[in-house]
Amino acid sequence: MRLRVDNVTKEFGGVRAVSELSFTVEPGRVHSIIGPNGAGKTTLFNIITGVYTPTQGRIWLGDDDITALPPAARAARGIARTFQNLQIFFNMTALENVMVGRHLHAPRRILPSMFHMPGIKRANREARERAAELMRKVGLARFIGADADSMPYGALKRLEIARALATEPKILLLDEPAAGLNPKETLEIDELIQKIAQSGITVVLVEHNMKLVMGVSDHILVLDYGRRLAEGTAAEVRNNPDVIRAYLGVGAVAGAA
Amino acid sequence: MAEFLQFLLSGITVGAIYALVGLGFSIIYNASHVINFAQGEFVMLGGMGTVFLMAAGLPLIVAMPLAICVVVAVGLILEKLAVEPARDATVVTLIIITIGASIFIRGAVEVTLGKDFHRLPGFSGDEPILIGGAALQRQSLWIIGALIVVVAGLKWFFDHTRLGKAVLATSHNRIAAQLVGIEVRTILLVSFGLSAGLGALAGILTAPITLTKYDIGIMLGLKGFAAAILGGLGSGFGAVAGGIVLGVIEAMAAGYVSSAYKDAVAFVIILGVLFFMPSGLFGAKGAERV
Amino acid sequence: MGDRAQKSLFDLSVARKVQGTAKHSPHAPLSATEAAPGGDGAVRTVGAWLFSARTGGVLLLAAIVAILPLFLPNKFYFDVAIKTALHAIVCVGLNLLIGYAGQISLGHAGFFALGGYASAILTARFGWPGLVAMLAGAVGVGVLAFLVARPILRLKGHYLAMATLGLGIIISIIINREIPLTGGPDGMSVPALWVGPWRLTGPITWYWISGVTLVLAVWLALNLVESPMGRALRALHGSEVAAETTGIDVTRYKVLVFVVSAVFASIAGSLFAHAERFMTPVEAGFLRSIEFVTMVVLGGMASIFGSVVGAAILTALPQVLAVFHDFKHLALGAILIAVMIFMPKGLVPTLAALWRRRVG
Repeated sequence: MRLRVDNVTKEFGGVRAVSELSFTVEPGRVHSIIGPNGAGKTTLFNIITGVYTPTQGRIWLGDDDITALPPAARAARGIARTFQNLQIFFNMTALENVMVGRHLHAPRRILPSMFHMPGIKRANREARERAAELMRKVGLARFIGADADSMPYGALKRLEIARALATEPKILLLDEPAAGLNPKETLEIDELIQKIAQSGITVVLVEHNMKLVMGVSDHILVLDYGRRLAEGTAAEVRNNPDVIRAYLGVGAVAGAA
Repeated sequence: MAEFLQFLLSGITVGAIYALVGLGFSIIYNASHVINFAQGEFVMLGGMGTVFLMAAGLPLIVAMPLAICVVVAVGLILEKLAVEPARDATVVTLIIITIGASIFIRGAVEVTLGKDFHRLPGFSGDEPILIGGAALQRQSLWIIGALIVVVAGLKWFFDHTRLGKAVLATSHNRIAAQLVGIEVRTILLVSFGLSAGLGALAGILTAPITLTKYDIGIMLGLKGFAAAILGGLGSGFGAVAGGIVLGVIEAMAAGYVSSAYKDAVAFVIILGVLFFMPSGLFGAKGAERV
Repeated sequence: MGDRAQKSLFDLSVARKVQGTAKHSPHAPLSATEAAPGGDGAVRTVGAWLFSARTGGVLLLAAIVAILPLFLPNKFYFDVAIKTALHAIVCVGLNLLIGYAGQISLGHAGFFALGGYASAILTARFGWPGLVAMLAGAVGVGVLAFLVARPILRLKGHYLAMATLGLGIIISIIINREIPLTGGPDGMSVPALWVGPWRLTGPITWYWISGVTLVLAVWLALNLVESPMGRALRALHGSEVAAETTGIDVTRYKVLVFVVSAVFASIAGSLFAHAERFMTPVEAGFLRSIEFVTMVVLGGMASIFGSVVGAAILTALPQVLAVFHDFKHLALGAILIAVMIFMPKGLVPTLAALWRRRVG
């Protein structure tokens, strides 16, 4: 399904984090959003997932205007995400974190839940199996029995991806999945993103690691101060004079990080 | 009109007490993000302490500062023995700890000083002053005056002393404060001492009007908490405004509507305000960052 | 790590709450089998089934309830046991709210008392059958909780504490003041509970009624915790924004768990009224609400069995401490502080962790 950001502006007390921004994410592709720190990338994710309401503009999913939908309803329509600042359920085990991702696909009525009807039993078993499978898929097999708060940083990043995948998203938003990872882990994330994309899920990627971005992206959007600076394929963006100027200027350090 | 004035005067008096108690909540909250449910016990201790020091033969002018010192010491001990060891505990755990402390303090007073009501004489006599047909208790002037002095004193403390500025800095950003060399543990101690002193002062000032007893701290504490919340937690000005507003509305409601539901009014207002303004009247809106 | 420290900078309350929550929550004391990696898809043996918290724990509790009367020498101890069971029911519900969903309530005695007074007033003053009155009370409390839940649960941390506290106090003041209906501060006596032709009175009868209801309440709560809904509750405690974006309607779940916990309290209150044959406004008081929260925290947040243990200790302890006469409150306060400092996760999770480390 096509995701369309239509003339979106977000202001925080007069400061524009995102400014009159429009772009389209075509289904089945890896669409990256890059830009220096403070360019509005995470704000954009928050607007797309419904955590923030835009000051102005609309978000379309296919033919539907989802601007007014709360985050949970957007998740139900197939938008999932990870977080730049980890948002792990530290009060649960790793496996349970991923099981929560099965929420939308499980029975959720109070009386059957309290009386532990067969449907609930089945749902628990299904969720546990799917979650374990996903954990293996993202390379967390050895953490299946672990508590979330005993896991290292790199593993938690992947745990968020597994949780997001458990919702069976059509569009997956990854917010700096490689930040803080060592080169080997970064390579694994690279492979994982490609694997996810191959499975037919649209990936929207915010990332500072240019090597990763240039390698996996079908399409790149460059933001600067909440505005679109450039857009196109990796090659087009790399040769865009505005981008070069922005990155060799104030953003150079962030871009290289 | 005289009636209205009467309600207004008693409302402001009671409100000033709530404000003093509410300030105690705010100071500790600012320094530590702890809601000290033993704040009401400081108030009770101040009043009861003075009563018994005077019964031992000390004049008010000596008994009062002595009682305040005792309560400040209790506040410091509470911080040192009960709050400090649980610094990193959850909010709920800290709430339970301060509740435990309040039960402990009440129990201690019950055992040592008994369960009877006590009264202090008015500081400058008990003859009310008549203003426009309304009777103003002389003690009210002491209470309102004390509130003004306290507010001015606190403002000076936070604006002009190193320690005060350090407390403020800690409340804004604990880690940054630590980085610039502020000893956060000292700040916590100071805030508990200060709040205990304020509570004790409030307790002594009210004792001539409302009587004092080992368990008066519960309701006074809750009203003070309500005042602090009404004004927006952590805002000193808010606590004062919240206290006065609460006191006046309560007095009006008691006078014109139903005295039976006087105590309920405060909480109905609180619920109303929180329903429509979740961070109080003057509280900052906290934005969630993701 | 860095991120968690950073989070606590701008959201102290939530971050701290999360750290302090027990990990093995639903599986409380017997979680070793549940946490085993084989849990995914592996066939669970009869042994594992028996030793799971839901089945084994409930059976253990049932066994304790069944044999405890053998050790209760007289009516007084039965009365303590009845109160323990009824308080435990409130705490089990309250723990769903506080321990699992991470939402504090300092007003649950209000719901407990409303249930009790609904039974008392509807049977004594209006001649309703006891069970109908109890049901009406539960429905009424459920509706009240539902109506206030949405605005109240938008609040966080201390503001939520204040709002629930205020609600409880308002209920308590109404009960105190509506003397023609409630008898005011002096309380009112409550007729015996009739179920069909049977008149249910006496400590032994009520011991079994409260005991069986407690086992049922624990079973229901454990089931809920181990269902997708239960995971949703714990998830919104862990991170509201992550829960939302994972498809959990956070508001709906907060309202739901608030209503469930209020109904638990209401039913316990109704049973209490008939068991004691007397209701006083003390049951609605702020201190009673605090006691309930304390029981939950003492026993262990997010531990259903912890709530039972917490209720047992804090109901029985004052009776035991009665030997200290006037020093009772002093001792109670000191014990509360000490337990919170040395076992901030509460008794059952702390002891369970020790046990796990011992075993393997």
